[in-house]
Amino acid sequence: MKTLRFRPCGNFKVQYREELTVFDTDFGRLWSAVGIVVLFAVVPWIATPYLLYVVNLIGISAIAALGLNILVGYTGLISLGHGAFFGVGAYSAGILAVTYGIPFLAVVPLAGLVTAVVGMVFGIPSGRLKGLYLTIATLAGQFIIEYVLVHWESVTGGTMGITLPAPSIFGVAIAGDLSFFYVIYATAVVMVFGAVNLMRTRYGRAFVAIRDNDRAAEGMGIPIFRYKLLSFAVSSFYAGVAGALWGYYMISITAEPFTLGLSVEYIAMIVIGGLGSIPGAIFGTVFITLLNEGLRWATDTIMNMGGLAGVELTMAPLREFVFGLAIVLFILFEPRGLAEVWRIVRSSFKLWPFSY
Amino acid sequence: MDFFIQLLINGISIGFLYGLSAMGFVMIFKSSSVLNFAHGEILAFGAFLFLALVTWAQLPIWLGFLVTLAGSFVLGFVIERIFLRPLIGELLIYVIMLTVGLAAMFKGGMLLVWGGNLYTYPDFLPEGLGINWGIVQVPPVYVAAVIIGSLFLLMFGLFFKFSSQGIYMRSVADNQTAALSLGVHVRRVFALSWAIAAMVAGISGIVLGIINGITVHELSSVGLKVFPVVILGGLDSIGGAIIGGLIIGLLETFTGGYLSPSLRDVVPYIALVFILLVKPYGLFGLAEIERV
Repeated sequence: MKTLRFRPCGNFKVQYREELTVFDTDFGRLWSAVGIVVLFAVVPWIATPYLLYVVNLIGISAIAALGLNILVGYTGLISLGHGAFFGVGAYSAGILAVTYGIPFLAVVPLAGLVTAVVGMVFGIPSGRLKGLYLTIATLAGQFIIEYVLVHWESVTGGTMGITLPAPSIFGVAIAGDLSFFYVIYATAVVMVFGAVNLMRTRYGRAFVAIRDNDRAAEGMGIPIFRYKLLSFAVSSFYAGVAGALWGYYMISITAEPFTLGLSVEYIAMIVIGGLGSIPGAIFGTVFITLLNEGLRWATDTIMNMGGLAGVELTMAPLREFVFGLAIVLFILFEPRGLAEVWRIVRSSFKLWPFSY
Repeated sequence: MDFFIQLLINGISIGFLYGLSAMGFVMIFKSSSVLNFAHGEILAFGAFLFLALVTWAQLPIWLGFLVTLAGSFVLGFVIERIFLRPLIGELLIYVIMLTVGLAAMFKGGMLLVWGGNLYTYPDFLPEGLGINWGIVQVPPVYVAAVIIGSLFLLMFGLFFKFSSQGIYMRSVADNQTAALSLGVHVRRVFALSWAIAAMVAGISGIVLGIINGITVHELSSVGLKVFPVVILGGLDSIGGAIIGGLIIGLLETFTGGYLSPSLRDVVPYIALVFILLVKPYGLFGLAEIERV
């Protein structure tokens, strides 16, 4: 019979299989189960409508950020086009639902697949390019997609955008923050599960090998172009699913939000959260979304107090400034992000009182 | 025909400005291999500093110009010292993200101070500078742009060819380790190249501000348009930056003139993708060859 494992006080692994386990301890397994139960059973009932809205936004962004972390953190391909891919997801959901009348349950994965194909197209330069050059290629992709979204009017509705129908699953209408909460977080849990397990397969390990040394990876027989494209596809799939959910949640979509700024926001999430770490992507999303909402709240409060009469304090520049500052400070002082902070805090509890 | 010539002239002048903006960018990349996403913001900073000096502080034009140059020089130096120095030898993504973060910071800061409004400089260029030969009409600003651009190109050419600092910078660009072992002060070279690059950016900011007026958004977007230019010219070639700038400028104005004005802003990036697919190291860039 398997004994319960609580706290390994050293590395006692004797088989590779043990290295690959998702949970190091049964304690971790217990806590994640408790976390999921609390998330679904308690959070939506105690949250105010506004808070629930923020929680939903966090869920959507977390899916997209997770996808970007697979590309940037695990495969080492820096993409500045993730915001545009997110937009492609939202738009393809809109087009599939409105023009072709496909039901919600099929639209979300289909939007992900469409985005995956678009992502692979913009990943083709990775066959010849890497590092800086690839980053610039994805930057170009961002601008081209943005242009197409606005100017391909017969399909995307131009500046008018698309209005999505109210979704329903097997006849049950999904409307309001509460029902969206369940849809978004059910998807998010599946996506996190997928990402965790993808990294344990040969594909995920090939991604990491490419990140660490692409020439050595090729020497070991990994067809790096194919795997880089696959990484682009997986990452865009995540962005597409998140974009589709976002489109349904926001009801009407225009090309406005999907700018380079959004791409930078996603990169900021994974850099602040921790590159190459799945909890990191989630921490970063929570951090950035709360920072956003906190700043909105702060500017509103200051404006209402009238303390700065005559000074036009606008939200956007301040937000941009604080964003930049957060990125810079994290890179200078904790480049491994919040995931590392979390690890340090945890291990200092674990090792107390003999923390050496 | 008139239209064609006018477009040609516009394209060349705008291309020259792109080239000038790209020059500073290339200089940073050449010496320290840092891809600077904050270049547009440094450029905008120069333009706004000049604006503040000329309109608010009422300095004479030439003094304002010199102080702007000095200010941008110091800005570049400070950026390198505070933000980039700790990251020497770090992963590429951190360096890129740092400059992206800096760009957001500067942009937000400038928007907080100056807002998104359009400003213009007081008119100070002499009317006689313009060229007016029948169908060929060039506004004075463009002539000034070409003169300033050529002047600086010449100066940089001489600087890199003959001055000892310039030769150090080339040696660092060529091989950092070898330069270090031969006694070149690599860190000083990094600082100097950032400072000079910021100075060039400041100058191009002023010139762009004279032509299009000064807004934070417009000027900082030039920093992104630099990418097609430098990729076409080759990331590490200063002359290539000018030629790349000319080609991209012409491409942009002709697309805007003959095809559609909305396509104008995106055509450099479409070109960029094709260049990257066909000839990723540009016209004059050094090809990095890797074999397994």
